[in-house]
Formats: sequence, structure tokens, C-alpha cells
Amino acid sequence: MSLAEQHPKEVEQILAKYPPEQKRSAVMPLLHLAQLQEGFVSHHAVQEIASLTDATETEVASIIAFYTLYHDQPGGRIRIQVCNDLPCALRGADKFLTDLCDKLGIQPGGTTPDGLVTVEAVMCLAACDKAPVFQTQRPGGIEYHENMTVEKTMELIEGFKNEEAKS
Amino acid sequence: MTYILLRHRDIPGINRLDVYEKNGGFQAWKNAVAKMKPEAVTEVVKNSGLRGRGGAGFPTGMKWQFIDNKNWPHYVVANADESEPGTFKDREIMEQNPFQFLEGVALASYAVGAHAAYVYLRGEFWQVAKFLDEKIAEMEAAGYLGEKIFGSDYSLRIHTHLGAGAYICGEETALLESIEGKRGQPRVRPPFPPSYGLYGKPTVVNNVETLANVPLIVANGADWYKSFGTADSAGVKIFSLSGHVKKPGNYELPFGKTFRHLIYECGGGLIDDRPIKAIMPAGASSSFIVADDKALDTPMEYAAVRTLGADLGSASVIVIDNTVNIEWVISKTIHFFKHESCGKCTPCREGTYWMWNLANHMDKQVKQHDVDLVYSVAKQMQGKCLCALGEFSTMAVTTGIERFPEDFGK
Repeated sequence: MSLAEQHPKEVEQILAKYPPEQKRSAVMPLLHLAQLQEGFVSHHAVQEIASLTDATETEVASIIAFYTLYHDQPGGRIRIQVCNDLPCALRGADKFLTDLCDKLGIQPGGTTPDGLVTVEAVMCLAACDKAPVFQTQRPGGIEYHENMTVEKTMELIEGFKNEEAKS
Repeated sequence: MTYILLRHRDIPGINRLDVYEKNGGFQAWKNAVAKMKPEAVTEVVKNSGLRGRGGAGFPTGMKWQFIDNKNWPHYVVANADESEPGTFKDREIMEQNPFQFLEGVALASYAVGAHAAYVYLRGEFWQVAKFLDEKIAEMEAAGYLGEKIFGSDYSLRIHTHLGAGAYICGEETALLESIEGKRGQPRVRPPFPPSYGLYGKPTVVNNVETLANVPLIVANGADWYKSFGTADSAGVKIFSLSGHVKKPGNYELPFGKTFRHLIYECGGGLIDDRPIKAIMPAGASSSFIVADDKALDTPMEYAAVRTLGADLGSASVIVIDNTVNIEWVISKTIHFFKHESCGKCTPCREGTYWMWNLANHMDKQVKQHDVDLVYSVAKQMQGKCLCALGEFSTMAVTTGIERFPEDFGK
């Protein structure tokens, strides 16, 4: 189903934010909307967003490639994105990332065999006083998790598993 | 102390409309629209000495005066991209004291005659954007935004726009490109945004913290604001303190307090009371300050920090203790800038790439030749990049090698 069919109100609200002759401004918010459904932006969504915004498919695809929060391939159903930039690294973020990956049996950038969790290192998340910190990206949105430990993270992952089992 | 920006620490619940109103909220806005000419609002801000809090420190009122009144419509854009490693102040303002920030956006818009304003938030602030959308809706319902505000002829809408993970979008022209639905790559300047900004129209771009100052300046006057801070740097600033301190966090202080005050009084000193080695006062973009007594006793204002061979920038103070090798620190900052270089100009794209390669090499086996080479690459980049990102990527490299030569086998 297309974005416009599934979220007519949101699409209309997004387009209304910008001058009518500046539809291309809606590309980024529409990409966010598309990604909320599936966790990545499908080719079908790229085509639809291009036609909604009077942009070419190439232009829309170039936006996905430029900005790190957009994904054109599915990853784990939860992406755990750990900041290990300087201020966080000074407070143990590198060790946290390594320990978490060891616990899950994956390398940074890798996905657990069940396809549930991808762990990635990302650039500064603007929460340097609450390191170790990561954001989770999954269908439904982005969430910050601050002052984390490996134990707390494993509990969070268990919570995700239970949530999935219920739905 | 009484807070000016982080007022939620004095007034619980100020992120609710009724609490904000009870504490003088929107009085400046009402007064401006009802009784002040737009130029008068700009004049107060100019006289207050307020300078941009995003890092560049450009006088805010002067920026507003540069808006081209022969070309319409005008736009105001709030820069909430907050991506400098070490900076985490704007998020606290938006989450905890959002109406004061939004009132600042409104006042800036009125001053420059804009009828539409955008708040550009980094994509990671997805929840903050949702929260601000709710607050904007409350302001519209209460008649603070919308058509013919307070019965005047003035109309204003504020919209949020989410980025999607790109440090470069904190650069104002890259940010404007991003709102236009393009890759966030800086424009060649001049022309600057006040003459050629969003959609090619005159635009003022201000940082969140800058705008959060405005309502209280308009309400209380320029002299009141200048009573805080120093002759060089008027007012208050939020210092984001991170790294090896016991109590990292945001500290709002008048300009002119010393680094020692921030690190030891506010931050409780270093973890395990280890000796301090270096300070980066402006995040990863910073030059290193050797943390000796002279530096620690230097007042934190724009001019005085410059005497230490560094800039105060966005005042993201990263504290580094004596267990850390500066070579490791620059490998971290180089990695960051290599990742975030937008690729538009050659010196930055290639320079950050080669610095990164060399830094990785150094990490395994420090070779004097590599140190000299990375230093030379950094020096050759300086003054040649299209925007400040390329320049910033070299600051830690050159000053690290110059000021901590022993960490590089020199």
C-alpha cells in the first residue's frame, strides 16, 4: 500500500509545511514516514516520494545515501546505535560497544542470526554527559537510552523480544 | 543563582503553557506585537550584546539588521542540529524550557518580518520534534501563533523539520539546502543567508540557545542583559561539560567565570581526582588547551580564550585527564570529521581521508614520518576549505602535535 493511502493525513500535513512551489522540501519528512513503517525505505517508497515531491528518483535516492539515519536495506528489526565519539569514549563507550557486541556474538555493524538486533557505532548523539548512550531505531521511531550498561541493554533486548512475541 | 535559560531548574513544569504564562511567558511577545516596531526589537537585541551561541559568536542583532528588505518573503530558521561532539545544551532547552525558545523564534520572526519559521532539528531528536510540534499546536490554540496575532496584521507559523544524521547540516547554508530537500552541502558564500537564504529568500539562521535569550532581553532590556558577563562577552552561556569530570552536564554561567570554576566547582573535579591534562573548549572542533594554572584561571569569554590559542565556540568543554594520550584523541576527532565531511570540496574530502589513514597507521606504530605528514596535511587544508568543517577538522591535529609533542614521540 502506498504512503498516501496508508497515511493520507500525515502526507497532507507534511506537504502543507512548505510553500506549494517547494514540494521537494517534503522529501526528508516523507522518507522518515516511509521508514517508520518498514525500518528501511523501499524502492517503491522512493518512487512514490519522488512523484509526490516533483523530484526524480535519483534525487530521492541521493538523499537516502547522504543522511545516515536513512536505510535502503533492511537491517535488524532493532538498530542499536552506540555513540563512541570522543566525549563518550572518555567515559567508556568503546568498551561498552565491544562488550555488548561480544555478548551478542556479533561485530559492530553486524546483525544477530535471528535478525533481531543490529549494533552500529554512530557519531555524536548530543548526550555526552550520559555516556554510554545509544539510540534505538526501529519501526515506530527513534529512542534514546542513556547511562547504559550491557546488562540494562540485554534487558531492553529481552523486552523487545517479548513485545514481538505478543504482537 | 537565578537561571535565565535553564529556568526549568528554578521553575518546575515551565514546559507547560500555563506555568510558562504564570512566570511572565509571552509578555515580551504580546508587548512586541502590540507596541513595538520590528526595528525596535532588533535594536534591543543588538544593544544587549547578544552573540550567536552556536559557535561563531556573531552579533545577533547585527545579523538581523543584514536582512534584505528589498526581497520578500523573509524566513527565520532555528538551528537545532546540535551535533558537535561535546554539545548537548539545545536539547535540554527544547525539552525543558520549550516555550521560551519558541517565543524567541517568534520575536526574531517579528523583528525581520518573517511569516514562516522553521526549526531544523537533527533527525536523532525525533522525539524532541514531536514534543515541539505539540507545544507549537498549544501556542496556536492560545492565539500566540497563526493569523492576525493579538488582533494585529502580523501572522506567523512555526514548523519543525527533521534532519537525518549529518553534522554538516549545522553549517547554516548546508542546513538550508537540507530544508530544501537536498543533500546537506554548504553553499559558496557570499551571498550570506540574510540576503540569499531559504528558497533564495532573505533568511536569519540562529542557534536555539541564542533565540532562548531573546524573550528575556526584550522583556528586561539590553542593560539588564549586559549586567551579566563581561565587556567582551555579554550575558550568560550554557557550558556543556563532558569527559573526565565527576559531574558532567550543562552549567549556565555568566561569561567570565574561569575554567577552574566550571571544572572543579561545578563539575566536582576529575574522576578519581586524577590530574587534568587538556581542555577542548569547543568540542571536537577545538584547539587543545594545555590545562596549566594559567589556562585554568582564564575567564571563559570569547576574547580571553583566544589568548590561549583556542576558541570558546559553542562552549562544549571536554576535559581530558593525564591517563590519555593525545594521539588517541586526535584519531577520534579525525575519524569523526572524515565521516562527516560532505564531500563537496576537495581539501576537506581528501584531507580528512588522508589524515584518517595516517592516524590509523600511527595508532599501530608511531612513526615520526607519519606525524610530520599528518601535520603537513592538516596545515595544507587550513584556509582552503569551503566551510568551517574542514578547518575545524585540523584544529585538534595541529595543536595536539604542537602542544603535546611528547605524545607523538617528539
